[in-house]
Amino acid sequence: MEIICLLKQVPDTEAEIRPTADNVGINYEGIKFVINVYDEYAVEEALKIKEKTGEGTITIVTLGPERAGESIRTGLAMGADKAVHLDDPALLGGDAYATAKTLAQAVKGMSYDLILCGLRAIDDDSFQVGHILAEFLGLPSVMGIVKLELSADKKQAQVHRQVEGGIEVLEVPLPAIFGATKGLNEPRYPSLPGIMKAKKKELKQIKLADLGLSEGEVGKQGARTSVSKLSLPPLRQAGKIVQGDTPEVKAANLAKLLREEAKVI
Amino acid sequence: MAGIWVYAEHKNGKVKKATFEILSEAKKLANKKGEPLCAVLIGSSVEEMVPAVGAYGAEKVYCVEAADLGTYTSGGFTKALCDLVQQEKPSIVLFGASINGKDLSARVAGRLRAGLATDCTGIGLSDEGRLQVRRPMFSGKVYADVVFSDATPQMASIRPNVLMAAAPDAGRKPEKAKIAASVKSEDLMVKVMEVVKTGGEKPDLTEAEIIVSGGRGMKGPENYKILEELADVLGAVVGASRSAVDAGWRPQSDQVGQSGKVVAPNLYIAAGISGAIQHLAGMGTSKVIVAINKDPEAPIFKKADYGVVDDLFKVVPAFTEECKKLKAD
Repeated sequence: MEIICLLKQVPDTEAEIRPTADNVGINYEGIKFVINVYDEYAVEEALKIKEKTGEGTITIVTLGPERAGESIRTGLAMGADKAVHLDDPALLGGDAYATAKTLAQAVKGMSYDLILCGLRAIDDDSFQVGHILAEFLGLPSVMGIVKLELSADKKQAQVHRQVEGGIEVLEVPLPAIFGATKGLNEPRYPSLPGIMKAKKKELKQIKLADLGLSEGEVGKQGARTSVSKLSLPPLRQAGKIVQGDTPEVKAANLAKLLREEAKVI
Repeated sequence: MAGIWVYAEHKNGKVKKATFEILSEAKKLANKKGEPLCAVLIGSSVEEMVPAVGAYGAEKVYCVEAADLGTYTSGGFTKALCDLVQQEKPSIVLFGASINGKDLSARVAGRLRAGLATDCTGIGLSDEGRLQVRRPMFSGKVYADVVFSDATPQMASIRPNVLMAAAPDAGRKPEKAKIAASVKSEDLMVKVMEVVKTGGEKPDLTEAEIIVSGGRGMKGPENYKILEELADVLGAVVGASRSAVDAGWRPQSDQVGQSGKVVAPNLYIAAGISGAIQHLAGMGTSKVIVAINKDPEAPIFKKADYGVVDDLFKVVPAFTEECKKLKAD
């Protein structure tokens, strides 16, 4: 089974995010980067499928700057077999649409039975790339899965998708794109031998010229939306500390404040 | 025909509140742009919901129906909506940023080759009459003003509970357009086998008006009972911090924060949550935040409108009793 995993490198969740001086970009100075956690679930699921079926190839596909190579190596150290890095400044700065279009062009030339990605990336929070890629490739897509089981002939998958108030059970013909969410699995840490092996695994660099797309179709120029300005959220001021001699009095005062002052209960 | 469209999401035969919020705000945009405001209902039988969306300002309501649209699938609903968009050519299409609203809007954006901004907290028009929006990134650590290219339609999903719904006017009589969607079973691309209910009839955290959330200070899964009791009294939904979810105390679908759900309720009550940066990002746009924690140094107090420094195991049950009394009045 040929599995493609889409992997994005993002700032760690603990990172403080600040705009650049011109307020249109993010100041990434001093920030620690990690694999987008939802993509880690995708890689882990691919590894589990490979272990279970005893065959197959897992290919990581990443669009990102040079530094993303480090996260790709981590994915390879987890156990993926090879990787493709779409690493060209012209490809950066696009929106979900431009990103999906670029990924589609790269994936079209590869063989695959299954494409796994994350439900969302925790930096731009767009929730879009998996679905748009599916449109470009003409595939079914299910985002937010917490369980994945392949049929015996591997032509079909049964997935559990998280919906409002429950779980939806779906049968999906393959190839298809699935977006992983928390609950699907527990991603493994790369082992030391895994890290050593990863250094020798194939990591192919792809430039714009290799893709057969023009500069106007990718990155900033190919985007359908763009950020005109970034701002920090309004600072919340620390409010009132609710007074009272006992927990019970504090509780009563809190209820009163919420009803009469804040008017929310 | 141009127009501003709102995808009217519904559940159990009722239009969702988020749809009313979006219609109310979109009405202002439609007036400014001089274009009609239209709502789109998709399902197997949706006509009964026409008056509800009409009351919030939709002048025309499309009822897009087919037998295969009785259950949501991204494939089926995308086909139904895209066929209509390609025929009628609205300038702007808006969705609620619910689980299915985010799902559908992304697939539609792909098929129409259109721009889409997700989970917006503000919408407006540029001088040229194009959609422009404000949306959180990094789960709310930073906000982006987003502009659109020439591609049409311009699309956005809007975070529930952020925009204000106007007063409904039941006297409005919208034009009704019945559309028999040409959706066949192969358009669905997937087969929905069953839906297993886990959360009862409560809304998803992202759509809840009140959230009662517990963290590491809850000390164990059995203690969430006191939060559930409070939630029942307030009509709230229970959430959790990452540490509570990672400890296995609560299902991962309850997690609030940058690696969980981003929420914006009217009232967020954090019990035994210290307030890690990634949690604060996920609930920072709540209208009113209450923190209950015995550690006065907990970072959550810097964000809370009301702080109670005390033992949550004493405060929460007492607060539940007080709320019962208030509700009884």
